[in-house]
Amino acid sequence: MRASRPPASAPIPDPAPSDPVTREGPASDPAVSDAAASGPATTTAVLDGEDAAVTILPTRRDHPFDPPSELGLLRDEGPVTRLAFPDGARGWLLTRHEDVRAVLADGRFSADRIGASSPVRRPEFRAEDRPGVLVTMDPPEHTRLRRMLTPYFTTRRMQALAPRVERIATAHLDALRASGPPADLVPTYTLPIPSLVICELLGVPYADRARFHAWAAAALSLTTSDDEVRAARDALTTYMRELVAAKRREPDDALLGALVTGDNDLTDAELCGIGRLLLVAGHETTANQLALGALTLITRPDQLAVFRERRDAADRAVEELLRYLTIIQFGTTRVAREDVVLHGRRVRRGETVVLSLPAANRDPGHFDRPDELDVTRPPSQHVAFGHGIHQCLGQQLARVEMRIALTVLFDGLRELSLAVPADRIPMRHDMAIYGVHRLPVSWKE
Amino acid sequence: MRVTADRDRCLGAGQCVLHAPDVFDQSDEDGTVVLLTGTPSEAQGESVRTAVRMCPNAVLTLTDDPPS
Repeated sequence: MRASRPPASAPIPDPAPSDPVTREGPASDPAVSDAAASGPATTTAVLDGEDAAVTILPTRRDHPFDPPSELGLLRDEGPVTRLAFPDGARGWLLTRHEDVRAVLADGRFSADRIGASSPVRRPEFRAEDRPGVLVTMDPPEHTRLRRMLTPYFTTRRMQALAPRVERIATAHLDALRASGPPADLVPTYTLPIPSLVICELLGVPYADRARFHAWAAAALSLTTSDDEVRAARDALTTYMRELVAAKRREPDDALLGALVTGDNDLTDAELCGIGRLLLVAGHETTANQLALGALTLITRPDQLAVFRERRDAADRAVEELLRYLTIIQFGTTRVAREDVVLHGRRVRRGETVVLSLPAANRDPGHFDRPDELDVTRPPSQHVAFGHGIHQCLGQQLARVEMRIALTVLFDGLRELSLAVPADRIPMRHDMAIYGVHRLPVSWKE
Repeated sequence: MRVTADRDRCLGAGQCVLHAPDVFDQSDEDGTVVLLTGTPSEAQGESVRTAVRMCPNAVLTLTDDPPS
């Protein structure tokens, strides 16, 4: 898979090992540059990408809960890896925690990925897909939308949803118990809970879930054709455009209704993009993290015992599952807005840099025993929600949902076990967001 | 100890409120950080240090009291 490595006689120079991201000339936007990036300018040997051995992003996992082991090997070999993208372009891969965080907090790297390369085969993100999609924006455009949306996702506001989330989780658990074992937890529990919660928060009719679940699944699949992905994106856009129009006619108190009546200058295209992004991000990520977290705890009775016994430790367990499982399996990515030197390598303006969140979250240079699941681990600077200005808007909601849904599940179903051998659980190797396609379980009635 | 926040750079991830709810809040206007106190107690020290460490935009600054 990997092309030739540089000969041992020509090691890659590392001009400033303690300063992972060194400047080359003044930063274009010092106000948003991370403090870690403000090191001294360097003039020592800088190698261009042409000199580097090229790799493609490792995606094959040896164990369902661990990132591809080749990612770890690359992280051990060196901090910066030359990457070949499926579209033929060349760019870079960063795997170390410190570097991933530094670049995510560095204003010289753009989140605007129109025309950027993807490390796995995806149809291009088009300019018309972009309005309202704040994950692809830089300041000040991003700041405007983020500040408009953040009040709806504050920590206290999300924590205040806990009783509602608990009622939803309990209702789904009761339905599971009523129908009896065995059951697939994905369509009965792990998907509907976050889906219903985000529908209520946004003001999206939950009755439409079959349609938008299917569009989201198609849009996030790596095996559907480009045409199918585009068709799914377009269907979701049309759906959201009609919903925004309906909110304009008859606004309600939920987020989209509040935005259409609010004192802001949002266009319909932006409202549509915001709705699409929050609807998909709001259920796909949490649903998969929840199902994968449940599978992990079912197969790790020692950790499950700690989770159950030390109820005050549920928050820590959730953080550790986020770190350990890191479901954004192929990303995230940024594009250099100018030439930037990283560990002696010149990243050219316009090149795509892949920041491997799974690799960063298993970096032994940052985490003690990184490959061990330890649900009592003290709060860590994991990057499962990203870092910098784009750190997940819905992270506090995800935490509340994870804590409550896992607690209700393991409290409510005695002797919860897999209904098929663990190696028969279909893992989402083929999706942009990792997790399980199905989670067949059984329990004692 | 004293804690200060650069609200212009804050984007409201809410990590500070998660880790030190007695010291930090978020604005209803734009979700940015609001300091409930600029001088946390010794007992709040550990949670404030965690909050500072977790902030994704390095918005918070902590300074120890000068020795009296």
